[in-house]
Amino acid sequence: MSALLSIRDLSVDFALGSWLDIGARRQLNILSGISLDLVPGETLGLVGESGSGKTTLARAILGLQKLSGGTIQFEGAPLASPSDFARVRRRTAMMFQDAVSSLSPRMAVGEAVTEPFAIHREALADRRQTARDLLAEVGLRPEIASRFPHELSGGQARRVGVARALALRPALVIADEPTAGLDVSVQAEILNLMADLKDRLSLSYLIITHNLALVRHVADRIAVLYLGRLVETGPSEKIFARPAHPYTRSLIAAEPIPDPRRRRADLAIKGEIPSILRRPGGCVFHTRCPIAKDRCKTETPAPRREGAHQVNCHFADI
Amino acid sequence: MSSGADRSLLRSLVSDPMGALGLVLVLLFLAMALFAPWLAPADPVKLDVTQKFQPPSLTHWAGTDQLGRDLLSRIIYGARTAVSIAVTSVGLAGLIGLLLGMIAGYGPRWLDAILVLLFDSLSSLPMILFALAVITVIGPGTSTLILVVVIVSIPGYARLIRAQTLGLSGADFIQAERAMGAGPVRVLLRHLLPNVVGPLVILLSMDIPVVIMLEAGLSYLNLGVRPPTPSWGNILYDGYTSLRSAPYMVLIAGLPLVLSTLGFTFLGEGLRDALDPKLRHGVPR
Repeated sequence: MSALLSIRDLSVDFALGSWLDIGARRQLNILSGISLDLVPGETLGLVGESGSGKTTLARAILGLQKLSGGTIQFEGAPLASPSDFARVRRRTAMMFQDAVSSLSPRMAVGEAVTEPFAIHREALADRRQTARDLLAEVGLRPEIASRFPHELSGGQARRVGVARALALRPALVIADEPTAGLDVSVQAEILNLMADLKDRLSLSYLIITHNLALVRHVADRIAVLYLGRLVETGPSEKIFARPAHPYTRSLIAAEPIPDPRRRRADLAIKGEIPSILRRPGGCVFHTRCPIAKDRCKTETPAPRREGAHQVNCHFADI
Repeated sequence: MSSGADRSLLRSLVSDPMGALGLVLVLLFLAMALFAPWLAPADPVKLDVTQKFQPPSLTHWAGTDQLGRDLLSRIIYGARTAVSIAVTSVGLAGLIGLLLGMIAGYGPRWLDAILVLLFDSLSSLPMILFALAVITVIGPGTSTLILVVVIVSIPGYARLIRAQTLGLSGADFIQAERAMGAGPVRVLLRHLLPNVVGPLVILLSMDIPVVIMLEAGLSYLNLGVRPPTPSWGNILYDGYTSLRSAPYMVLIAGLPLVLSTLGFTFLGEGLRDALDPKLRHGVPR
């Protein structure tokens, strides 16, 4: 099947310092060598610690972040000019990590959920009715339409975010930590709602999270980011059953096991995540890797693949 | 904003005694300015030298000045002068400051740098000295006064709005708007504007008395409004020169100055409390 979203060798740099130091500005590399595909109807989980560049990648897809290299194709056409990004923003919806603060504080919910129509100049016969329908779709009562964001609970705000994301029937929904800050019961409700809507509206999801349990629950495929590099991608079941990269292995080993009699495997990973300002050379993970050898300090591992499963490591068994 | 939100703003403003007092004083003062021709018992510039230095009486409630003009009428018309100068200049400066501040805060960084440089240079001008310099060049008068106030107050308003805009432009909801495809005009007018004007309204209402004082001060020095146009500053000056023969004149001219200053200040403080959406229902979040 042809890819909905296809990212090739993407890199993003941030410029450090003032705009006045022309020529002398330092570039801080955030992401590099990112290649990912997303097929229609698929849920891709993008996993990584904070600072690994997950959110920057989402921003790059929407054209909110300039690329330093690589290409992004959306629905078969490359994204380059502002009109391309207008198209991708029309067909892609983003749900932000903080649901309350991603709603305009002085705009009533009913207006907020129908705003995508106004932005993209889509005809709207009855704005009030559309708002009520969208809210009903995510299980909210119509009275919510006249509320303001600070009057909503976390779960309600999250549902409003989902309603707004679905307003224009997007092809792709990017969800940044969709369950952050919610009670466990509400988390489950939101995930069920998202799964339900996915089936009904044949959506694709790109779910950005550090929460492995969430990814295991919803994702068809997983991509693991570490310090702005992809370390492993592959089908969810395969990665959870047999993680290849030592980083993925330690992430999965660090997950709590809800059984007091089972002993957790020793955490192989050591130390803190290095600062992105001092990214290790060679393989970015070598400073914390239990199986690192001298070669890892100097040589960046090339991707090795078996079927859909791909790992960037010199020594991992795939 | 819906009318319901406006009603609750008004309700929370008058529920605060100081805010209510400020609102009453400001409304009285505005009514005086607006309805001056109907309220004033006499022509404020009509001379009657036979009636000079009359102390307050039933015919002249506030007495008369050295030329026999009715002081109450001059005070009422003086309110009109003060309001028209203060509201025009503060309003104009507020509007320009809002525009420049939002452009500086949301626009490209080079434009921001140029605008900030402009604000810094303008605000390094001391108000009185700058006013004197402009008066020397283009002569005293109402329009000179307005020009000076507008130029001198733009940087303060623009800086406030720029800081607000800058703080909000990284906020999640602005990012969300951009991610949905909203262009800069929509982001600025629909999402930034309603969230940055609150503090500006407060600042403007607190600056109106400053301008009223400046107008009175310059008119007192004979550098502001030209006589015989009634201005509280002119009346104060007349009262000062005839302090021995008519001591009531300075009191009568000083009282509205004090009351209007207090009124606008209380109103500004009341608005500040009422406009904060998180404090509105008395439950801080």
